[in-house]
Amino acid sequence: MLQSKLRSLTPKNDVISFLILAAILLVALPLLFDIFRLNLIGKYLTFAFVALGLVLSWGLGGILSLGQGIFFGIGGYAMAMFLKLEASSPENTKIQSTPGIPDFMDWNQLTELPWFWEPFHSLGFTIFAIFALPALFAYIIGAAMFKRRVGGVYFAIITQAIAAIMTILVIGQQGYTGGVNGITDLRTLLGWDIRTDSAKYILYFVNSILLLATLVVAQYIRKSKLGRLLVAMRDSEDRVRFSGYDVANFKIFIFCVAGVFSALGGAMFTLQVGFMSPSLIGIVPSIEMVIFAAVGGNLSIFGAVYGALIVNWAKTILSESYPELWLFAMGGLFIAVVLAFPKGLAGIYESYVQPLLNKKFKSTQDK
Amino acid sequence: MFADYTWAELGSIFAMQGFAGLILFSVLLLMALGLAIIFGQMGVINMAHGEFMILGAYITYLTSNLFSTYLPDLFGIYFFIAMIFAFIGTFLLGSLVEWTLIRHLYKRPLDTLLATWGLSLILQQLYRTVFGPREVGVTLPDWMMGSYAVSDSIEIPVNGMIVMVITLVITIGVFLFLQKSRRGKQSRAVVLNRAMAGAVGIDTARVDRFTFALGCGIAGIAGATFTMIGSTGPTSGQLYIVDTFLVVVFGGAASLLGTIASAFSISQAQSIMEFFMSGSMAKVLTLLTVIVILMLRPQGLFSLKVRR
Repeated sequence: MLQSKLRSLTPKNDVISFLILAAILLVALPLLFDIFRLNLIGKYLTFAFVALGLVLSWGLGGILSLGQGIFFGIGGYAMAMFLKLEASSPENTKIQSTPGIPDFMDWNQLTELPWFWEPFHSLGFTIFAIFALPALFAYIIGAAMFKRRVGGVYFAIITQAIAAIMTILVIGQQGYTGGVNGITDLRTLLGWDIRTDSAKYILYFVNSILLLATLVVAQYIRKSKLGRLLVAMRDSEDRVRFSGYDVANFKIFIFCVAGVFSALGGAMFTLQVGFMSPSLIGIVPSIEMVIFAAVGGNLSIFGAVYGALIVNWAKTILSESYPELWLFAMGGLFIAVVLAFPKGLAGIYESYVQPLLNKKFKSTQDK
Repeated sequence: MFADYTWAELGSIFAMQGFAGLILFSVLLLMALGLAIIFGQMGVINMAHGEFMILGAYITYLTSNLFSTYLPDLFGIYFFIAMIFAFIGTFLLGSLVEWTLIRHLYKRPLDTLLATWGLSLILQQLYRTVFGPREVGVTLPDWMMGSYAVSDSIEIPVNGMIVMVITLVITIGVFLFLQKSRRGKQSRAVVLNRAMAGAVGIDTARVDRFTFALGCGIAGIAGATFTMIGSTGPTSGQLYIVDTFLVVVFGGAASLLGTIASAFSISQAQSIMEFFMSGSMAKVLTLLTVIVILMLRPQGLFSLKVRR
């Protein structure tokens, strides 16, 4: 019984894809690149968390959120607040007029730590917040919208507006949030210096393993009854509703899961890159995250990882050498994915590469 | 907070602030009109709407340069000619975009959103390559500058009044066009029931292209009008897009009257709050209020009953 359940959860192709991805992330990339490039790849992979969440909510559930940057930001800022508090201990900040508070607060004439910063002294609370805050926030947005059967285009526009509001708020409240510069100059995690090369190696592996674990969770959701219901809802919402399912609750749940995934990515981003700023949570980054999922194929959880890697890598290469071309390429990519490859890389793989492989594989087996 | 002012001063402040709100209202309404046609009537999400506006602004900039170099005698009236050019330019680009891109995507609204976002990135970079990354401004003819003093403490800028008049004319024009003209009636018929409209002999594909291009053309006029009150840069369009969409959604997507009402309430709320707090907080509070109201009343202020 258990065995058959396990087998249905892990079709052979998916296991192979998973193992290949694990080998690439954990063996091939660390061997091929120096720590500078590896750190960059780690940064790209944090966006794969977001893309993975989008595959679940958009690809499976048909809910396109243009505000995933909000959740990325919640996770990233939670982690950054903890690290910043540790970096601004009274000894480190004794030249300030109020020692013991983050430097940007001191510059903005704040004399004590705001109340919502207090709990972030504790790592336990911070980790709890990285999971709980995005889930709560996604629940509120989701409940308000899906219970009233708002979906599709309207949901996309409203999540985008929320992302815009968050950015304006973070930039406007400089004294509490660090403003447009964000929270910078992060140094240690519980006394462990995260800026050294060895720390960057360790964080890369932590990030990759976390991503692989998230993939397993996503695969579980995809293969469960919930995943099937989501697909059914996407294709014919009324039928599912008339069969007696509460459509709204499933949508809220998957939106919360996508939010938590994004927040995880945000927290890992802060740890690896060493800062968090509003430039990662607004409208533009949020919609770029959608293109990662779209390029990978919005139905494929593995595609999401490759999509995030390839698009970000292309962005770095192009904007390093031909900054003018990048926006053209990005814009063209949006249009091409929509018009020519609606299923992204995964679709190309399934319709061209896989049949070829199967053929070869079969012919060698027959011999 | 009012104790420091005399009654007369307070009256002037509210009058000026109210007028600032009216200018903001005109700007929002002009931006939203084109979108109300494209999104409200056709259901197409055009994320490149802001870039169409910027195109109108750049065309105005080019026209003003042209007039000041070759036709300095006629410089006083260049603005109206620029508006016509802006309309034609954006109308043509709109038809082209509809033909190459949008028409393949009518049944996939979310994909339209992504594709037009891609288009907006391409246009932005195009503007940056052609016009440079810096913001450009136009020189206004003398009669459009200065301000008109109503009383000692109340002054009303002339360009603000011109913006309001243009908005009024365009709004009435669009309303009459949609309600009375043959083309307008056809496009409304296609929105209400595409199959039936096709059955009675309306070329729905052509009507779609015309309606989309018309919305883009109005965006171009809006952009031309903006040059009177602000400068234009390659990414200016992106700043407006969220506001514009919220105005249309808040008004109730298919209702022109709703768009007017929502532009009015959003702009007044924002300009009044701006007096009491920082501009960014006023904006945050306004947008939040709009979103909360939309969550309670998803169909917007005015909704048109349509059987879909």
